Amino acid sequence: MRPLLERIRGGATLVGDGAMGTMLFERGLQPGECPERWNLERPEVLEEIARLYLEAGADIVCTNTFGGSALKLKQYELDSRTEEINAAAIRAVRKAIGDRAYLSASCGPSGQMLQPLGDVSQEEMSESYVRQITAFAHEGVDLICIETMTDLNEATLAIKAVKAAAPGVPVAATMTFDDTPNGFYTIMGVSTEQAAEGLSEAGADIIGSNCGNGIENMIKIAREFKRHTSLPIIIQSNAGLPEMHGDSVVYAETPEFMADKCRDLLDIGVNIIGGCCGTTPEHIAAIRAMVNERGA
Amino acid sequence: MDTLQRLSENMQKGNADQVARLTQQAIDEGCEPKTILDDALVGGMAVVGEKFKKHEIFLPHVLLAAKAMHAGMDLLKPLLVKDGIPTIGKVVTGTVQGDLHDIGKNLVGIMLKGAGFDVIDLGRDVSPEKFLDAAVSEKANVIGMSALLTTTMPVMKKVIALAHERNVRNQLKFIVGGAPMSKEYAQEIGADAYCYDAVSAVESVKRFMGAH
Repeated sequence: MRPLLERIRGGATLVGDGAMGTMLFERGLQPGECPERWNLERPEVLEEIARLYLEAGADIVCTNTFGGSALKLKQYELDSRTEEINAAAIRAVRKAIGDRAYLSASCGPSGQMLQPLGDVSQEEMSESYVRQITAFAHEGVDLICIETMTDLNEATLAIKAVKAAAPGVPVAATMTFDDTPNGFYTIMGVSTEQAAEGLSEAGADIIGSNCGNGIENMIKIAREFKRHTSLPIIIQSNAGLPEMHGDSVVYAETPEFMADKCRDLLDIGVNIIGGCCGTTPEHIAAIRAMVNERGA
Repeated sequence: MDTLQRLSENMQKGNADQVARLTQQAIDEGCEPKTILDDALVGGMAVVGEKFKKHEIFLPHVLLAAKAMHAGMDLLKPLLVKDGIPTIGKVVTGTVQGDLHDIGKNLVGIMLKGAGFDVIDLGRDVSPEKFLDAAVSEKANVIGMSALLTTTMPVMKKVIALAHERNVRNQLKFIVGGAPMSKEYAQEIGADAYCYDAVSAVESVKRFMGAH
C-alpha cells in the first residue's frame, strides 16, 4: 500500500471507520467496564468489528485504544498493563485487515486536567502518552489519531509524544467543538482557528474535528478548518446527538442522511471522512458509496 | 473601591492569593463573615456562572475562579460555624454508577457551594445504594445525579426507584443533568428537575429549598 499521506497528497479522499463504543456496547460491554480490557479478554470481538468496517469499505480502520493512555487506564487500575493492552488492540485489527486498509491507532484524552486547573503535571501527562504511543510504534501502525481533544495543551503533549516515541508515523489530531452563540469552541475555550494553528504548530500532519453534535455542525466546522489551514483535513462526526427511547439509545442520523450530507465535506475538500459515536458499518458503507460515486 | 468589591473581582479572575488576602482583610476590617460570603464570594461566583452559561468564558476560567473561591471559603468557614449560621440546604452529588465523567458534576458542586449550599460530593461511579445511604445519613435535601453516557443514564432511574423502596422519596428532591440528558427523560424517570447546566441546577435547588 502507498503510504497514507502520499495517497492524500495525490488527491484521494479516504473513508475512515465508524464508532467503536457503540459496537462494543451492542456486543455486551457493560457501563463502567473498561472498553480497552476487551483487547486482552475478547480480542475476537475487536477483530470482528475491524472486519465489519473493512467490509463496509473503510480505507482506515481504528484500534480500540481511545482510553489506552496510562493515565486513563489508571482509572480502572490497569495502567501497569498499558503496553500489553495497546499491543493487543493493534494485533487484533491487523489480523482482520492485513494490509487491505490503513491501521489507525486511536488516542483519546487522559480524562485528567493539567495543572493548575487539575492535578496532573505536563511531565506526567506526556509520560502517559509516551507509554501508549511507544506500544503503537512497537507493533507498527499506519497512522496515530489523537482525538476528541478539548484542551490544546493536552493535544500538543500527545502530538509531541508521537514525534518522540513514534517518529515518522503520520499523526492526525482532532478536537471536539460546541456550537456557541459566538462560534465553535471546545469546552476549554479553543476556537477552530486556535485549534488549526496550535495543532499544526505541534506537528500534526492531518487536523480536524470528531464527535460533536451531528453532521450539519461538522460541515460548518470543516469550512472553518479549511479557511485556517493548508494541512489535510479529517472529519469524523457523530450520528447526531443520542436520544433515549425507553432504555435504549438511538442516534438520529441515518446512514443515508449522513452520506448525503458528506457530499458537502467533499466539496469543501475534506481528505478523510469517517464516523464517531453512533455511526455503524452501514453508515460507513453509505459514505463509501457516495465517495465512489463522486469518483473522489 | 471597597474590600468586598475587590475581593469579588479577584475571585472572578481566579486570583486565589489575592482572594485569601482580601478575605482576611475584610474579616480584620470587621465585616460579618456572612456578608463577605454572600456579597463577595457568592455574588462573584454567580457572575462567573452567568458568563459561563452565555459562553463568554470557558471551563478553565470557571475552575480557576472556583479555586479562588475556596481560598476565601477556607478562611470563612470556621467563623461561619462559630456564628452558628444555619446552612440553607444540603445536596448530595455524584456521577452515576458506571460513569467516570465528572466535569459537569464538579461544576454543579462549585456553583452550589458558591450559592451557599452544603455539598457532599460522592465522586464518580456512585451506586444507587451509596447515593441513598449518604443522603439519609447526611440528612440531605437534594440528590444531584450526573451522567455523560447514554449507557449509564438508566442508573438514575434505579436511584429514584430505590428511594421509593426505602420510603424516603418524599423527603428528597432529585435533580439530574449531563450531556445526553433531556427534560423528557428526566420526567420519564420521575426526577424533580432536569438541569441543562450548573446555573439551572442552582436555580432548581433554590426553588426546592424555598418551597420547604
